[in-house]
Amino acid sequence: MDAEVDATRQAASADIELPLLLDALYLKYHYDFRGYALASLRRRLRSAMTRFGCRTLSQLQDRVLHEPASFPALLDFLTVPVSDLFRDPSYFKAIRERVVPLLRTYPSLKIWVAGCSTGEEAYSLAILLREEGLLSRTLIYATDINPQTLQKAEAGVYDIDRVAGFTENHRRSGARSSLSDFYTAKYQRAVFDKSLRRHIVFSDHSLATDSVFAEVQFVSCRNVLIYFRRELQDRALGLFKDSLCRRGFLGLGARESLRFSTHAAAFTEMVRDDRLYQRRDDA
Amino acid sequence: MTPALPSRIEAVVIGTSAGGIDALSVVLPALPAGFGRPVFVVIHLPRERPSLLASIFRSKCAVAVREAQDKDPVEAGTIYFAPPDYHLLIDEGPSLALSDDELVNFSRPSIDVLFESAADYYGDRLLGIVMTGASHDGAAGLDAVRRAGGTTVVQAPDEAQSAVMVRAALERGPADHVLTLAQIADMLKRLGGEAR
Repeated sequence: MDAEVDATRQAASADIELPLLLDALYLKYHYDFRGYALASLRRRLRSAMTRFGCRTLSQLQDRVLHEPASFPALLDFLTVPVSDLFRDPSYFKAIRERVVPLLRTYPSLKIWVAGCSTGEEAYSLAILLREEGLLSRTLIYATDINPQTLQKAEAGVYDIDRVAGFTENHRRSGARSSLSDFYTAKYQRAVFDKSLRRHIVFSDHSLATDSVFAEVQFVSCRNVLIYFRRELQDRALGLFKDSLCRRGFLGLGARESLRFSTHAAAFTEMVRDDRLYQRRDDA
Repeated sequence: MTPALPSRIEAVVIGTSAGGIDALSVVLPALPAGFGRPVFVVIHLPRERPSLLASIFRSKCAVAVREAQDKDPVEAGTIYFAPPDYHLLIDEGPSLALSDDELVNFSRPSIDVLFESAADYYGDRLLGIVMTGASHDGAAGLDAVRRAGGTTVVQAPDEAQSAVMVRAALERGPADHVLTLAQIADMLKRLGGEAR
């Protein structure tokens, strides 16, 4: 058998193994990746196979079913990656200019950062709201499915090498103060202020299996939906819609939109380029 | 005489970085209006600048030119550019998928990510082309195309504005064809001339 034929056969086997592995993860650990887009999942699992020294997805399945201690490491490969503080500064600028004036009209604010990973987005919003004088009446729910990244998020400690990039992003977001007001640098780490963290509740929540937990005025969920297939995207957007108050705001990633969603009609486009939407009054 | 390509080819992936705009300006305008296959392009550019690639090439090309959008169904006879700061992958359907997974070879979009996912989907019906560039991105990707039975083309290192990328691809394994840009353009024109 020549190498080309062999490669084709292996690809076909992987197509059989992948759904089996996802079923196994769901049945054993109640983590549901069955609605995730396959191309990225395949790539992440390939990295995991290298890390675990497994030649096939079946071997990986065997390992993760019979050695529960290996599951957290696999979960790290499968979950949303690290972001930056104030990633896509124009998004935060648009929030300042278009969303904040309307948020001011509420006596108390609840915000949901869905898929918060290691917390960068939640801290960015907390800093922005502090600068705009709104943080004292705000509670930010930052949720993710990975308990290890949630722990990191809660710590609010980032590598000092990343701070120059954060600072530049923050400046371009229309900053009203210096980012250095919000962290202390020590031992090559930037430790973000505890007074920010007091307004953030980090918790475990799955867009694939959990339901709405609070009414909020603003949902920010960026670069999470690109990893979902359309059905799961729709489930997540349904949760956001049900969670948002009337005229509440939804922010998505720079390359995400509502165009394939059955919930599109429930929202109006507020700032097209920055993917900010507003829930309709009558939806 | 440029080599003829297997008629089973259903899709083309192209990766390039430094010198890539000039190289693409030779290759992409050669695609005839009836090319009938999708062409996916990753070119390394500064991450935070909005990409003008699609608008630059739209006026030069006979086929449709778009910036790739997540979940868009793949349409034949269309050139798709990976957007800045996202990886572009080919998913079931076929459809386009974007990811903001970590940088690969210091790049996002990464050529390897596109080529590997396209090789998964298209197998031996894929043509992979690596051209001028100053990075090693693309070498592993072209290797994946080769292992899936696809056809591999590398720009001749002597001609490349920056030869690092093409040399890295060739060091990783032999290419089916090592060609000048003019030859690559001619080869694609002939592929497009064949009825699909």
